[in-house]
Amino acid sequence: MKFARVIGTVVCTEKVPAWKGHRLLLLAPTDSRGNDPGRSFVAVDLVSAAPGQLVFYVRAREAGMALPNPDNPTDAAIVGIVDHVRETGPGPDATAQPAPRGGR
Amino acid sequence: MFTARVVGDVVATTKHRDLAAQKLLLVQPLDVAGNPRGQPAIALDVVDAGVGDRVLVLDEGNGAAQVLRRARGAVRTVVVGVIDEIAIPDERLR
Repeated sequence: MKFARVIGTVVCTEKVPAWKGHRLLLLAPTDSRGNDPGRSFVAVDLVSAAPGQLVFYVRAREAGMALPNPDNPTDAAIVGIVDHVRETGPGPDATAQPAPRGGR
Repeated sequence: MFTARVVGDVVATTKHRDLAAQKLLLVQPLDVAGNPRGQPAIALDVVDAGVGDRVLVLDEGNGAAQVLRRARGAVRTVVVGVIDEIAIPDERLR
């Protein structure tokens, strides 16, 4: 799962029947702090997210599995709204280190 | 699967039922030298990993369902191992 910011809503009167009852939202991918928006994409909303919120989403087959009827063509689904991220970092003893050398 | 460092956790009250009562870890993918590479991901945890641990992360739905012992759902990213050591004997392969 990855982070994204909800930046808008997408309304389709005609859409795949399996998506009925779910909103489509426009997402911009972000890092854990909400920075670095990349290319935006559309996802099915399963958690009633709203524009401006930081959310996380699943892609690929697992997005379709998130809907009540898993037989659908979804490739991205919002599965959580972020309350907060505790990014404590790797700590002083776990900074980038070369992979161990030699045999065992 | 990919290697990652656990750098935090994510709290989300509103989430899909497939994620209910699951600890969500923030995992930073690593390159072969152990440096951060790419965007952090959010993963479930079946091995009780903690912040600072170098871990093995599965990113595939069928395997995720197996280790979580349930039917396939909206989950594909799961921490499945805490790495003790990675050995790359030949320097040229690094």
